Parts: sequence; C-alpha cells; structure tokens
Amino acid sequence: MNQNLTFFLWDCLQYLINGIAQGSLYALVALGYTMVYGIIRLVNFAHGEFLMIGAMCGFYALKFSLPMGAAILVAMLSSGIIAVVVERIVYRPIRASGRIPALITAIGTSLFFQYFGQLTFGADPKTIPPFIAEKIFNLGEVNVSNVQIAIFGITFFVLIFLWWLTHFTKVGKAMRATSFNLAAAELMGIDTNKIISFTFFLGAAIAGLGGMLMGYTMSIEPMMGMNLGTKAFVAAVVGGIGIIPGAALGGFIIGIAENLVAGLYKSSFRDGVSFFILIIILLVKPSGILGKNIKEKV
Amino acid sequence: MNEKILELKNINIHYGDGAIHAVKNISLEIYKGEIITLLGSNGAGKTTTLHTISGLLKPTSGEILFNNEPIHHLPAHKITAQGLAQSPEGRQVFANMTILENLEMGAYLRADLNEIKADYEFVFSLFPKLKERENQLAQTLSGGEQQMLAIARAYMAKPTLLLLDEPSLGIAPILVSSIFKAIKEINRRGMTILLVEQNAYLALKISTRAYVLTNGEITLKGPAHELMNNSDIKKAYLGQ
Ligand SMILES: Nc1ncnc2c1ncn2[C@@H]1O[C@H](COP(=O)(O)OP(=O)(O)OP(=O)(O)O)[C@@H](O)[C@H]1O
Ligand SMILES: [Mg+2]
Repeated sequence: MNQNLTFFLWDCLQYLINGIAQGSLYALVALGYTMVYGIIRLVNFAHGEFLMIGAMCGFYALKFSLPMGAAILVAMLSSGIIAVVVERIVYRPIRASGRIPALITAIGTSLFFQYFGQLTFGADPKTIPPFIAEKIFNLGEVNVSNVQIAIFGITFFVLIFLWWLTHFTKVGKAMRATSFNLAAAELMGIDTNKIISFTFFLGAAIAGLGGMLMGYTMSIEPMMGMNLGTKAFVAAVVGGIGIIPGAALGGFIIGIAENLVAGLYKSSFRDGVSFFILIIILLVKPSGILGKNIKEKV
Repeated sequence: MNEKILELKNINIHYGDGAIHAVKNISLEIYKGEIITLLGSNGAGKTTTLHTISGLLKPTSGEILFNNEPIHHLPAHKITAQGLAQSPEGRQVFANMTILENLEMGAYLRADLNEIKADYEFVFSLFPKLKERENQLAQTLSGGEQQMLAIARAYMAKPTLLLLDEPSLGIAPILVSSIFKAIKEINRRGMTILLVEQNAYLALKISTRAYVLTNGEITLKGPAHELMNNSDIKKAYLGQ
C-alpha cells in the first residue's frame, strides 16, 4: 500500500481519538444546555458561565488541598447552586414574558458572570491538573491516554445515568412530562417550579464536571464560558435541541470535526468548524439530527 | 342535600391585563356525589372557568372554596394535591410518554401502591383499548383513545372532584356513548363530577343539575331534567 496513504489513515485515526475525547467534554456541556431548553424553551446563554464558576470553585478547592474527587464535587455543586439561584431570581420572574425578553436576559446574565468572574477570580488563566496521572498507550501509530479513555467513560456513564433517571424515576418522568406540557404537568400535581430548578441544577452540575475534566487540554479563565457555551449550543442544535442523546451526538460530531479539520487542514479553522456544521444542519434538517418535526398541539 | 364540595362566589376572570372580561361575576355550587354540567356555546367561558378552578388561571375577584377552604390563591399542583383533578380540553396527554407512564403521572402524588394497582385495573376495565397498548407512546393513539387516556389519567389522581372539559369533542359517535358510560361509572364509585360538554343531550341525561354560561355569565341553572325541557335550551343546545 502507498506509504503516504498509510500515514494519512493513521493520522486520521489519531484525530478521531482526540476528537472523541474532546467531543465527550462538549457533550457534557451540551447536555445541560439541551435539558434547560427542553424544559422551558430557554436558550440559556449563561450555561457556559455556570461551568466557569464551577471550574473556578473546583480550582480553589484544589488549592486548599482538597483531593481531586472532592474538588470535582465542589465544582459540580457550585455550578448547580449558581444555576438554581439564577433560575429563581432572574429567569423565573420573566418566564411568562415571552422568548425575546428571556433571550436578552440570558445574554445579560452571561455577560454579568463573565465580568463578575474577572473581578472575583482575576482575568489570568488558571491550570487544573488532569484528574488522574496521565499514562499514554501506543497502539500501532496512534496514542491513546488513560485520561481520554476516562473522559469518554465518564460521559458515557452520565448519559446512561440520564437515561435511567428520565425513564425509571419519578422525578425524571416528571421532567419529561413538564417539558412536554407544563400546564398538564401542573394538573397532575407536579410542582413544575421544583422540577425546573432540579433540571437547572442537574444540567449545570454536569457542566461543572465537564469544566473540571477539561483541565487536561486547557486552562480555565473567566471568559471560557463564551467559547464553550457557543460550542455546546451548536452541539445541542445539531443533535436536536431538547433531546438528551442529541446533545451528546452533537458534542461528539463537533469534537471530531474540529480535530480532523485542525489536524488535516489548518488549526486556525478549529473554532469555525462548529458554525459550518451548524449552517449545514440548519439548511438540511433544522430540527437537528435526532429531532422530529412534532405536530403542533391542537 | 349533601355536603358542599365546591363553591364559586362572584368570580371574575380577565385576559390580557384586564382587556378581555371572559367570566363575569359567576357563582355556582357543587354538592358531593353530583354530576354537574356546564353548558355554553363556543367562547362562553367554560374552559376559562375550569382553568381557574384548577389554579392555572387566577380570578381577578371572587372566591373559590373547595371543601369550604379557599383555593383560588394556590398554584395548580397544590389544588390537585387537595383532591381536585382535571381532564383538560384537547386531551393534553403526554404524547412522548407511554400510556402506562401517562397514568403514572396521573397518580403522581399518590403513595398507596396497592390501591394504585387496583385503580389501573379499574381504568383498564373502563377502557380496555388502553390495556392492550399500555407500553405504546400516547402519540400513537387515535383522538378518541387519547380522550379515554386523559380521563383515565385524571381518575388516577383519585380526586374527590373531577373536572372534565369536553370529553366527547371530536370523537366518533360509537365511542361517545362508551365515554359517557365511563363517566357515569366513575360517578357511581363516589367521585363528584363537573362536566363541560357540547353534547348537551347526553350530558344532561347523566347530570343532576346544570348551569348555562352565555358570554361569560350564568344565564340559566337548575335540575338537569328541567333544563332538558326548557325551550331556550332545546333551541340552543338540543337542536329542537
Ligand atoms: N389566552 C387567552 N387570551 C385572551 N383571550 C382568551 C384566552 N383564552 C380564551 N380567551 C377568550 O375568553 C373567552 C372564553 O374562552 P373559553 O376558552 O373559556 O371558552 P369556552 O366556553 O371554553 O369555548 P369552547 O367551547 O370553544 O371551548 C373567549 O372569548 C376567548 O376568546
Ligand atoms: Mg373550552
């Protein structure tokens, strides 16, 4: 076989592996995005900032020499709590005012936390060490690290957990009922405000987990939520916004595409790839890959 | 008569920040064990009234007493928790969930597992179609079957007062009679029922009393058999 072609294929495989790891992280962020949209049809632009706050809190937890596991827990809890507080005092009062006011409020909230973050934590990037000591395995011409495998495993576990939650627990079924028809859910006796709070908490806590796992590729800083939030939003739309497995699928697609394009073509195109995919999807299937065109309710 | 279960006192309801006065100073009362029909043409304010009783809308003035306690300030889920359930207009089943899951949502607030089981059996005996398809998504049901599911789901809350908003709307004539039979059977088992219906003849036939809503006002009320012979009712609702 042509030697160049062989190298090319090995390279592709390497980018694919890196892309799956990167995509797992995007998936973790996109899940919360899609869950919040699913339940109250809000595009929560502040979702990336919830992640940032969590990662910052996790960073300080490590600094106060808490073990990694505890720091991850701190990050998840702080992301979750900040999300619940924001939902309660910012989003809930304007929930009935329509989508445009909600969108503008979400953008304002996002900006607020970006500058709040710079004031509180400083604008300098901070480093979170990988959550396990990195070991690299050589498989033929490609490298796979145990961190990559663990990240993929954790994301997979989170997906299974969400599937179990929404299909086998009372609160999870109430989430599905509320997201489908909030008024009907209220008539069943479901406290939909509680379910919405819970959804914000869960989605943000998963993002906080993602924030801590990201330590292996990037440093954290107060503006990180913007870029990540955008990619997570695109991932959610590509997979079909509001659909949990769709968000994961979208995350993987974007992670893989970014790594292929950056590796095979130009790394400066990395951040543009997600938008290119978004445009294609919006042209071909606006409801997203797993999206169904649900008939308008009568 | 029996104990009063629900009372509306001088209820006014507005839409659009007061621009539309949909329900005007209505009062009504329901006693335990009754089937009450609320009649009225399109846009009369029937659904608005039921939404307000269930807490999805708030009255601009007036009082709603359930078992002699005011409920009009409570959120909808708390009213359901007190034993007042509704099968809403247009069915509103959870199309993304299975039939069994829909029924589970109906029983959301209950913990009496054994009785829940018995109630599944009861609603399945009322509507055997639902049993056959218990693990299919509600969106695969026909309109009439969805209506059955909506009634069964509301029943699963085991309320003392059950509101039914147009349970026979858009349903094939053969199914309509089975739905009215089910309503009668539910009532026979001790549930009080407030029924909104277009099908005035069948509704009046199973009711104790009825109220007529015209442009948001109660214009007529009385025992069902009297209203059935009322010449205005005959003209407007019975097509005679
Ligand atoms: N969300 C709303 N905003 C503004 N006006 C409304 C709203 N819902 C209902 N209305 C108006 O309030 C009045 C009563 O409506 P309602 O739905 O209660 O009537 P209804 O008796 O249930 O009619 P139908 O038999 O068609 O179901 C109507 O004039 C209707 O246009
Ligand atoms: Mg109506």
